[in-house]
Amino acid sequence: MGSNMAENHPVGFQWVMEARERGARIFHVDPRFTRTSAMCTDWIGIRAGSDIAFLGGVVNYILEHGRWFEEYVKHYTNAPVVISEEFADTEDLDGLFSGWDPEKGKYDVSSWQYAGMEVHGAAGQREEGFQPTKGEGSGHGGHGGGLKHGEPPEEDPELQHPRCVFQLLKKHYARYTPEFVSETCGCSAEAFVEYCDAICDNSGRERTGAFCYAVGWTQHTVGVQYIRTAAIIQQLLGNMGRPGGGIMALRGHASIQGSTDIPTLYNILPGYLPMPHTEAYGDFQSYMDANTSPTGWWGNFRSYWVSLMKAYFGEHATEENDWLFKSLPRIDDDNSAYWTTLQMLDGKVKGYLIAGENPAVGNTNARAHRLGLAKLDWLVVRDLVEIESAAFWYDSPEIESGELRTDEIPTEIFFLPAAAHTEKDGSFTNTQRLLQWHWQATEPKGDARSDLWFYFHLGRLIKQKLAESEEPRDDLIKALRWEYPTHSQIQEPNAESVLQEVNGWEIETGEFLDGYPKLKDDGSTVCGCWIYCGCFTEGINQTARKKAHWEQESYVAPEWAWSWPANRRLLYNRASADPAGKPWSERKRYVWWDEAEGKWTGLDVPDFKEDKEPGYVPPDDAKAEEAIAGDHPFIMQADGRSWLFVPQGLEDGPMPTHYEPHESPFDNPLYSQRANPRRQQFERPENPYNPVANEPGAEIYPYVATTYRLTEHHTAGGMSRTVPYLSELQPAMFCEVSPELAEEVGLEHGGWATIYSTRAAIEARVLVTDRIPSIEVQGRKTHQIGLPYHWGTRGLTTGGSANDLSSIALDPNVHIQEVKAFSVGIKPGRRPRGEALPAFVEQMRNRAR
Amino acid sequence: MLDSYGTEAKERVGFFTDTSVCIGCKACEVACKEWNLVPEDGLVWTGESYDNTSELGANTWRHVAFIEQGEPEVDALRWLMSSDVCKHCTHAACLDVCPTGSLIRTEYGTVVVQEDICNGCGYCVPACPFGVIDKRHLPRQDPPALPLITKKEDGRVWKCTLCYDRLKGGHEPACAKACPTDSIQFGPLDDLRERAERRLEKLQAQNANGARLYGNDPDDGVGGFGAFFLLLDEPEVYGLPPDPVVTTRDLPGMWRTAAIATGALIAGVAAAFVGGSR
Repeated sequence: MGSNMAENHPVGFQWVMEARERGARIFHVDPRFTRTSAMCTDWIGIRAGSDIAFLGGVVNYILEHGRWFEEYVKHYTNAPVVISEEFADTEDLDGLFSGWDPEKGKYDVSSWQYAGMEVHGAAGQREEGFQPTKGEGSGHGGHGGGLKHGEPPEEDPELQHPRCVFQLLKKHYARYTPEFVSETCGCSAEAFVEYCDAICDNSGRERTGAFCYAVGWTQHTVGVQYIRTAAIIQQLLGNMGRPGGGIMALRGHASIQGSTDIPTLYNILPGYLPMPHTEAYGDFQSYMDANTSPTGWWGNFRSYWVSLMKAYFGEHATEENDWLFKSLPRIDDDNSAYWTTLQMLDGKVKGYLIAGENPAVGNTNARAHRLGLAKLDWLVVRDLVEIESAAFWYDSPEIESGELRTDEIPTEIFFLPAAAHTEKDGSFTNTQRLLQWHWQATEPKGDARSDLWFYFHLGRLIKQKLAESEEPRDDLIKALRWEYPTHSQIQEPNAESVLQEVNGWEIETGEFLDGYPKLKDDGSTVCGCWIYCGCFTEGINQTARKKAHWEQESYVAPEWAWSWPANRRLLYNRASADPAGKPWSERKRYVWWDEAEGKWTGLDVPDFKEDKEPGYVPPDDAKAEEAIAGDHPFIMQADGRSWLFVPQGLEDGPMPTHYEPHESPFDNPLYSQRANPRRQQFERPENPYNPVANEPGAEIYPYVATTYRLTEHHTAGGMSRTVPYLSELQPAMFCEVSPELAEEVGLEHGGWATIYSTRAAIEARVLVTDRIPSIEVQGRKTHQIGLPYHWGTRGLTTGGSANDLSSIALDPNVHIQEVKAFSVGIKPGRRPRGEALPAFVEQMRNRAR
Repeated sequence: MLDSYGTEAKERVGFFTDTSVCIGCKACEVACKEWNLVPEDGLVWTGESYDNTSELGANTWRHVAFIEQGEPEVDALRWLMSSDVCKHCTHAACLDVCPTGSLIRTEYGTVVVQEDICNGCGYCVPACPFGVIDKRHLPRQDPPALPLITKKEDGRVWKCTLCYDRLKGGHEPACAKACPTDSIQFGPLDDLRERAERRLEKLQAQNANGARLYGNDPDDGVGGFGAFFLLLDEPEVYGLPPDPVVTTRDLPGMWRTAAIATGALIAGVAAAFVGGSR
């Protein structure tokens, strides 16, 4: 669900095909019948944006029919934990949880806590206007919890207490019946029940099932909660931490996993350490206190952090100067990409650097981005070719319409050619956290340079310029360790030397560390990213190992590349054994307790303290991992359990709830609260919103649109619309519509259509296909429109950008845009040209008033 | 068929394209073009499902067909995908009719155009029962789309070589190498035929799904394909001829008939002269 794996992850999909060939039943639940659906054993078509209704229905089915994995749920999840009596559910408050502050538009989470506990740390110390949780902006959640030791104060092992998580869950999802699912999602109740039976049948001691998702789940105003719902299902069915189970976030393109581990994100430092914040953390000690969880593995936060500072600043970071904490840059708001774009529109951003992105095509409301870029003083674009984001000043829909004039745009633009991955050494981190090294195949052409080259030499030159500076603001740059050997004529930095720093070493001996348990909080170790510690063990680039699985004894194939953490292929794998440490079944044995040896062992690196007995009970004063009991596999959590109910770490509720997309033609069938109350909205002239549901004018934008990618193109097209061999395979922007919609509005197969929202209008070729059938939702015939988003004004094949149509409305946890479900109108024929284009958009907007 | 190679003859190799696992990614098309420096074939959006390549030709040596079947609410949707290629026929008409000897049977049993010998006469084009081999007409483009392809009007014929150069280097063809799901399998033809039989049995045991082999029979009209297929429907659905016959099959017979007729004519004429002298 939420992914089109065959099309967008074809290489990874070979394993799905292999599973199918071995008899696995594979469901594809998606608004469109795609190449993935064609390969699966079953396809269920649903309305875009209705996945929580569908998955919530599965939760209800599992609970109603007693299909949950009792022993797993009772021991490994927080199902037995009793929640504060102040907690109130959406079922009590018509779509809101307790703690909602209508003034601030956000939740006070204190009533979501475990009964008898105060709110701990970051989650409770959030400041006005910003919530610096552990994973703010990255969706990596809160791991804290003010537990005195690893056990919650009040539990009911029989799961009968009316306020225990299990009972709350039951109540919350009771109305998600197959009929409700059918009416909300537009699929048949029979198909839905068949799906439920199939995944329940395929779970338990002997079997496991997995979910695969991609941005079809994340790119919603309730994106994080989509994934949370799947997490609840997998916990109830006992499918986490076991072979063949789990929830796979499909991410491989451009090392997206790697760019959150060692982030290009504004709010985290490598290894998911929070970025210091101007208000939330005063001094070093309060930053440490807020982020060091008393129990669970985050109890070692200080070691990870100090080692990172030693990697950044070497001898300049000392205990005395708080490891330079005071000098570090800070964030002071939601400083995400969309926020920055809005600041740009207000003229508050002077300069911008775009690398590996093409916001003028790839970001939602691309038009607002182009207008924002046109207000900068300067812009640097590093890419393989001159993409739309670098050319908007003379080639864009706004230049065509006259809304922007080249001679009036003040932005000075520097285009710097970038080297492709074949032209440099480095690593990719993929879906399964596998770091895979790749080698340079050829020298970059002309002035093209690798990212490593660019940032290394930029840093070197800045350091050179500031070497004599007395300004305190320059201290940090002067303190930077910037020692990487270079080679070749262009002085390319050695990528392996960076990986060495990421791995880290002991300062005294210079020996490479073999894992994060070796990290110290006294400044004696260096480590650029604690979760990657061990990738250069014994001075060997572990990520460059290429021993094929058929040459290895174990099917887990631990000698192919290296996965974080600790080359562990499956996280929380202690859950693959029962509470007593025995495999749940012979067929699914993976990691188990070896009584004779007195340690955990198995096919993978155990994700548990090696010698902690299954019967271990933590003493009252235990800290960090010592506070986790022997039968609690989820060691990053303060209580060692997986969370069916999330007491802290999420902005928009402890349990997922079906909300309609921000722009949906429908009301919420459950509550008068239509959409996620906590979603981020930014209504302004560059980002107006369509009227929705039963609002007047909604009928102007009556169809559900969803954007997606095609195998033949790469994201915003910079790497594929310029390549003849790829462009010829999908040479034009098109839209997919059902025969019924085509007939309703007079669209002709192979002809042209104009698709419009209140923000923009684009044109596309018409592909009429049964693969995007019209469906019945809430008793209404509903048409959906499929829009690939690869096109722009540049390259060998050009066309309308689907992202011009969608709005900036974001998920509150990770600030991701809702482009997988929004509303549009469509009519036959090409779009108006020149000045007539904005006039048309305005005309429709006025009609919708 | 490889007797003339003597000790240099190799085991006959080919492709088994199992369309039941083809995901339609077109990696085969791209890998083929990259390796063989085949030019771009035009930026034309066809509206034929996701197939913008349309057919095999001089500039397309692998072609993935997309066939949408079924109606929602009536029956299950099916989206068939199949990567087509030159069949490397056992009895290859293109080779039979080539007057220059440009088309040859290689030591691997494959059929290859020698581009430095082809004179562009085009006899082979109508001879192919599948419409595979084709004359190249490069679009006049300045600068050329690819730096290595600088020629303009070409005029010669081109088709899949089963990556003859890669075979010589001990590598499998580029399309098979790139195929992520092993839909395109390369190997000794005898092995592939066996493998295909087993695959068919398995599919038919699971759920027939219309599975059938196409071109695996050495007794068919072209003596069996060097590149054969497992299809999920009638060959016509994929745009393939149901019962292809080598177009030169009747030539010997025709020549025989012509020879007899000629002989009779000569005899008659001679008899007329003999008779006339009386």
